[in-house]
Amino acid sequence: MATETYGEAEAGLVFHPMDQFQVTPLFGGGTVEWFTITNVTLWMGLTVLSIVALLVFGARGRALVPTRSQSVAELAYGLVYKMVEDVTGKDGVVYFPYIMTVFMFILMANFLGLLPLAFTTTSHIAVTAVLALAVFIAVTVLGFVKNGFGFLSLFWISSAPLILRPILALIEVISYFVRPVSHSIRLAGNMMAGHAVIKVFAAFAPLVLISTGIGLVVTPLSILAITAIYALEVLVAFIQAYVFAILTCVYLRDALHPHH
Amino acid sequence: MTGDIVQMGAYIGAGLACIGMGGAALGVGNVVGNFLSGALRNPSAAGGQTATMFIGIAFAEALGIFSFLVALLLMFAV
Repeated sequence: MATETYGEAEAGLVFHPMDQFQVTPLFGGGTVEWFTITNVTLWMGLTVLSIVALLVFGARGRALVPTRSQSVAELAYGLVYKMVEDVTGKDGVVYFPYIMTVFMFILMANFLGLLPLAFTTTSHIAVTAVLALAVFIAVTVLGFVKNGFGFLSLFWISSAPLILRPILALIEVISYFVRPVSHSIRLAGNMMAGHAVIKVFAAFAPLVLISTGIGLVVTPLSILAITAIYALEVLVAFIQAYVFAILTCVYLRDALHPHH
Repeated sequence: MTGDIVQMGAYIGAGLACIGMGGAALGVGNVVGNFLSGALRNPSAAGGQTATMFIGIAFAEALGIFSFLVALLLMFAV
């Protein structure tokens, strides 16, 4: 295990960058079974609670001149609504609640993971794979329901020469099935990479406590690096949620209007 | 020196995999640079295409993340 290989080498403060991604049961126990309450459960629950706190309780006043939390809730709603309307068109706005749910969940999960000692639920491929798979299955089923077998015209590029169309169709089918893979790995990889980098710099930060000579140079630099990477991670948290939502809208538009 | 050849190979592979992130950085810079040069020529049309820019950034960055993922897997899961 990661903790053992590093624990023997140095004493004192040891941060292994991958330890923060471990799924541990909350209430003792030992192994993680199907229905164990783990730290993932806790942080997913906190994500949902924070979304409810922002959207339901923040906007409860419904004032004409909005309060701060109502303004933030309205900004989030407006941003996602405009994005869905722009990308999927008028008939795609029916699916706005799903896109809003996915966007708010990923946004709040990413932001909550930035708190110290927090667990980023979206850094696990298990979580993001389910989100991406749900999008893929929903979009494919919707494509067939709305267009019948005309949905397959998504793969038949009519603007290409006739000789190339079968090869292009094969490439299009392969890239269609790669969509959930890239959709999920993009989010999980971004989250895991960002937090692992923060942890790597955090491992250098307490160096002044171990060896004062080099520590006086390394510690301030690593604290600065942690701050800079943290700022980048706040930006990346928002951008990844936005990108997940907007790609969902793009796939939805492809399903609703598959003509090339 | 301690450790075995397999570990050494894994660490060297992790270092090599990180070279892929340079390509991702070039790609993202390309997307944003082209968007910026177009937006400075036609500022009124720029707002509508920020969404396209973010999609382009996401696609370009995703491949860099894939290479970082390979590096992490080699470092900690082999």
